Amino acid sequence: MQLHDLEKAFQDKIDNEIKIEPKDWMPDAYRKTNVRQISQHAHSEIVGMLPEGNWISRAPSLKRKAILIAKVQDEAGHGLYLYSAAETLGTGRDQMIDDLHSGKAKYSSIFNYPTLTWADMGAVGWLVDGAAILNQVMLCRTSYGPYARANVRICKEESFHQRQGFESLMVLSNGTAEQKAMCQDAIDRWWWPSLMMFGPKDSESTNNDQSMKWKIKRKTNDELRQQFIDMAVQQVKVLGMTLPDADLKWNEERGHYDFGEINWDEFWNVVKGNGQCNKQRLEARKNAHTEGAWVREAATAYANKKAAKQLRKVA
Amino acid sequence: MKINIQKYFYGDFGVEDSAGINDLKSTTTKETAWPLWEIFIRSKQGLDHKHAGSLHAADAAMAIENARDVYTRRQEGVSLWVVESKHIHASNPDDAAAMYEPANDKVYRHPTFYDIPDEVGHM
Ligand SMILES: [Fe+2]
Ligand SMILES: [Fe+2]
Repeated sequence: MQLHDLEKAFQDKIDNEIKIEPKDWMPDAYRKTNVRQISQHAHSEIVGMLPEGNWISRAPSLKRKAILIAKVQDEAGHGLYLYSAAETLGTGRDQMIDDLHSGKAKYSSIFNYPTLTWADMGAVGWLVDGAAILNQVMLCRTSYGPYARANVRICKEESFHQRQGFESLMVLSNGTAEQKAMCQDAIDRWWWPSLMMFGPKDSESTNNDQSMKWKIKRKTNDELRQQFIDMAVQQVKVLGMTLPDADLKWNEERGHYDFGEINWDEFWNVVKGNGQCNKQRLEARKNAHTEGAWVREAATAYANKKAAKQLRKVA
Repeated sequence: MKINIQKYFYGDFGVEDSAGINDLKSTTTKETAWPLWEIFIRSKQGLDHKHAGSLHAADAAMAIENARDVYTRRQEGVSLWVVESKHIHASNPDDAAAMYEPANDKVYRHPTFYDIPDEVGHM
């Protein structure tokens, strides 16, 4: 078959909602885009453990500590599902880790913000996991089979993440004046960065949107962001708190809430590595990898020794 | 084919240099790294083991321990199989038509092909 025939057959499959599986023919750029997107999604899950790990030892009760540990452990699992999905495309795990550590591969900028108070654990669960869920629900229908299946598994676990966060904010919002203030402060700090999680405005993006055509992504950044805002506006009322945007207003004509301008300078600044925690996060990952090296080597040595013993027994 | 990739989708946060996708080389995992294992889970007694995903581990015992932590944190299973990925042999997707399409015109292999009067009852 000629290359353009293969490409046509590939696009036909996508148009007919037939998933692409690892051994199927695919355009090089499709493979590379998926490797990049899936591995960076994986990095986000792994780096995403750090801001919350910060509060495990200081959770206000045993119950909240157990919940937080379970959530952080889930995120490690999400990272693993995704690394495995990316590996089916022929890129090694160590290559992906190297790219994260060298700064070549990115992760979601949201994790470069600090978690300053206990209320941040609630706000992160409600808003950050909430925003991630919208993306991941969409990605359950992405065209690459292993990536879609990883997201199905992830989504099953995510709803607990968002609910525990919201519930924890509810407790604070019914608490003392200080607790209420702490709750509002956390919402104020996490609201705008959460909106940035969906990426730049559609109008800033290229017209030739190959990822949409390949159905890697199935909704635009603006569509997802609007969906998120419309939901959050209702939810914040239950908390008796407010969202820090004076321009939030129901637009009858659009059937959506209008909202204020996002600070894109801040967004790009954090993307470029100048966020409050970029250095700290990457350092933590690199240290964990280096300090864990002896464990990996010891396990390999032990496995080899056992295998050799087994071989001698057989002989 | 000129591909214009839109950057900064969710889960796709761009690359450091603008060259981007062109220098992402395909690699296989280093020899020294832990091998890859495929994980199969029986969700409850009486059901088949089903493929759940994969993970790296030094040996089978560790693969089972890790699979327990990664894939069954919410009682998803009562039994695990782990198989080193290199031992899985797969049919070639290019042969799919030759392999599976001949079954297409053999409708007589299905019970609905046969007209049986209603009075026979369930058959
Ligand atoms: Fe996650
Ligand atoms: Fe989560």
